[in-house]
Amino acid sequence: MNTKRYLARSTAIAARALGDETMVMSATNSTLFTLNEIATVIWEAADGTTPLEDIVADKICVKYDVAPEVALRDAEGLVMQLSEHGLLLISDQPIPRAKVAAA
Amino acid sequence: MSVLVEEMARKALKLGIPLSVQLDLTYRCNERCIHCYLDHHDHGEMTTAEIKDLLDQMADAGVFYLTISGGEILMRRDFFDILEYARKLTFCIKLKTNGILIRQKEADRIKALGVESVQISIYSHIPAVHDAITKLPGSLAQSIEAVRRLRAHGIHVIMANVLMVRNARDYEGVRALAAELGAQFIIDPTITPMMDGDRSILSLNVDEAALREVFRNEALVGGNVEEFCAPPPGPDEDALDMLPCSAGHTACYVSPYGDVYPCVQFPLPSGNVRHMKFVDIWRDSPQLNEVRSITLRDLPSCSKCAHGGTCTRCPGLAFMEGNMRGPSIQDCEKSFARTGIPSVNLMSKKSAAAGSVQIQLVQIQSAPALAVAASAVPA
Repeated sequence: MNTKRYLARSTAIAARALGDETMVMSATNSTLFTLNEIATVIWEAADGTTPLEDIVADKICVKYDVAPEVALRDAEGLVMQLSEHGLLLISDQPIPRAKVAAA
Repeated sequence: MSVLVEEMARKALKLGIPLSVQLDLTYRCNERCIHCYLDHHDHGEMTTAEIKDLLDQMADAGVFYLTISGGEILMRRDFFDILEYARKLTFCIKLKTNGILIRQKEADRIKALGVESVQISIYSHIPAVHDAITKLPGSLAQSIEAVRRLRAHGIHVIMANVLMVRNARDYEGVRALAAELGAQFIIDPTITPMMDGDRSILSLNVDEAALREVFRNEALVGGNVEEFCAPPPGPDEDALDMLPCSAGHTACYVSPYGDVYPCVQFPLPSGNVRHMKFVDIWRDSPQLNEVRSITLRDLPSCSKCAHGGTCTRCPGLAFMEGNMRGPSIQDCEKSFARTGIPSVNLMSKKSAAAGSVQIQLVQIQSAPALAVAASAVPA
């Protein structure tokens, strides 16, 4: 994919950090998920304005010993899963707050 | 409890995080339930600003599960303001209400704010029985209407059936009603003392025969009755190191006045958020730390009881009986009703009662003056 992907946390969730992990519950069906340390980094950076590619480059690759293409591929897999469960919104444009609330 | 939830609870315990909090917004109520343990007069509830500040503090402390209860939560005019604020802080929220004030507008708002569940107390499927318990004519019809409105939005509704003498035969009817409305059904067979220690409402508790019937109902115990009611194996070494429950360990309760307790059923004052930060109370309260220090091994009679590893002993009820390291007679009775095997506590009470009668008979014959003192020995 050549276009940038922007991520925003859905407002229809409950979430809290638990140590270096994060608990996330879907408010639509009460399904509970836990995100590991690296997934938590992506989750916390999903502000609607920072592209996934920048999150991986600036927050993952600088901190963890992982090849950029591998990190990006894994991150894409994670955000697709979170999106399928309605926990994360993905767009090729920055996602304004109002749009997140309405989703 | 799912494996994931158990894992989270274990991690929260290890990290010292208050994973769950029940926050009562008010003790005021539009019903006057005969078994209620609260004083409904307002003695100075926290303001909206105080509650929002507390919610900020609780989110920072790691609270994930937030039960908002009362009293009747919708008696607070700022209820939706508080709920909206709590949802912005991404708490997983359960509401406890009687539903009387949930009309269409309120149901729409609750749906929009995305709560995990709404629990509504339904005492009977028979209006005369339910309304006599709530002392509010027409309350069953209104509560059921609230369930319908919430379910129409797809909201997870729990119908909680508190079992007592007055409705002891109605739980199957309430269960059928819950199924018809698409709500979850839960049953609670324990009436607890009032928070001020008054134990008079305990007379509303159902008898052992009714408890036994509940414990042998496969649909209610949700599985194998034989296994559920099997004689207890007795506590092993692992069980002796078990914590009694989550109260004070990963959970606590905050009253409308800012008082922090280990649990709503454990009225041990542990601090007040109007005078101290929530997290400081949670970490440093001597009372909470004392509660945390207690394992089954530290309970003089329960550690020697066959039911030790399987009993639902509530440390709060034990505390209200006078000793947080002692047994809770209500749980001893439940263990007996479930298995037919008396607990150490029940046996010692029985022999104490027998002993007091013997002493009394001997003393009446030989020394009448002493008989008065002997009759004061509790049976």
